[in-house]
Amino acid sequence: MVTSSWYLILAAAVFTIGAVGLMVRRNPLIMFMCVELMLNAVNLTFITFARDFADISGQVAVLFVLVVAAAEVVVGLAIVVAINRRWPLATADDLSELRG
Amino acid sequence: METAVFIVCAVIVLAGSLGVVLARNPVHAALSLVGTLFGVAVLFLNLEAHFLAAVQIIVYAGAIVVLFLFVIMLLGVDRLEDISIEPILGQRVLATFVGLAGFGLGAAYIATSVEGATISTSSLLRVPASNLHHIAEVLFTDYVYAFEATAALLTISVVGAVVMTRRAGRNRVTQTTAGED
Repeated sequence: MVTSSWYLILAAAVFTIGAVGLMVRRNPLIMFMCVELMLNAVNLTFITFARDFADISGQVAVLFVLVVAAAEVVVGLAIVVAINRRWPLATADDLSELRG
Repeated sequence: METAVFIVCAVIVLAGSLGVVLARNPVHAALSLVGTLFGVAVLFLNLEAHFLAAVQIIVYAGAIVVLFLFVIMLLGVDRLEDISIEPILGQRVLATFVGLAGFGLGAAYIATSVEGATISTSSLLRVPASNLHHIAEVLFTDYVYAFEATAALLTISVVGAVVMTRRAGRNRVTQTTAGED
């Protein structure tokens, strides 16, 4: 029998992989994908607890996370396209323009 | 049955997420992401979130990853990236250490504090029809302001994306720029 702890540990593992990828990779697109991985891990946690506590609000929260993730990807990829037009082949390390 | 589905999906999810992080080609990373999202959707089904499993496939695998692939192809960045060099010395070791430490803390907490398998069979989610009605009920009563706010958020993000990717100083959109964009 799969307990909810298994789901939570799987979600923690996916979140960890996404976080490490975000810290290690340099390509902005891959970094965005790692953020998506972390959001998915959180969604899995929400749904696991929604079943555990028999509370549908967890699933509603996941719906909102999906919407915010979609908006984030749209804006993020627009930023990537705009940056790529100005500095082609830029990585996250090259973009220190906004550094104070 | 649930155990078998969980194990298969867990393997798919972990392999896919490792593929996202380790792939040298961004296209391969995007395809690994599809695998991960699909595995997570099946886990949603396992957890009786049927509507959200469908939404996961449609929105994530159908829209977001396709958007990623569009941008990869549009920018022409689908070449191999040399990930053997390490720009900041010791960064990877430190990042892996921090990640594993965080995972260890979380897993230890889950193993000790969350009592699993106490799933009530007479729960709200087990109503025979579907949980779609329950989601709609809660979404349009308790969370209706948040729902309206997400509508505004989506509009704002679309407008923002259009403004950011517009070429400055060109008021007339000609056929060629429309084709490039």
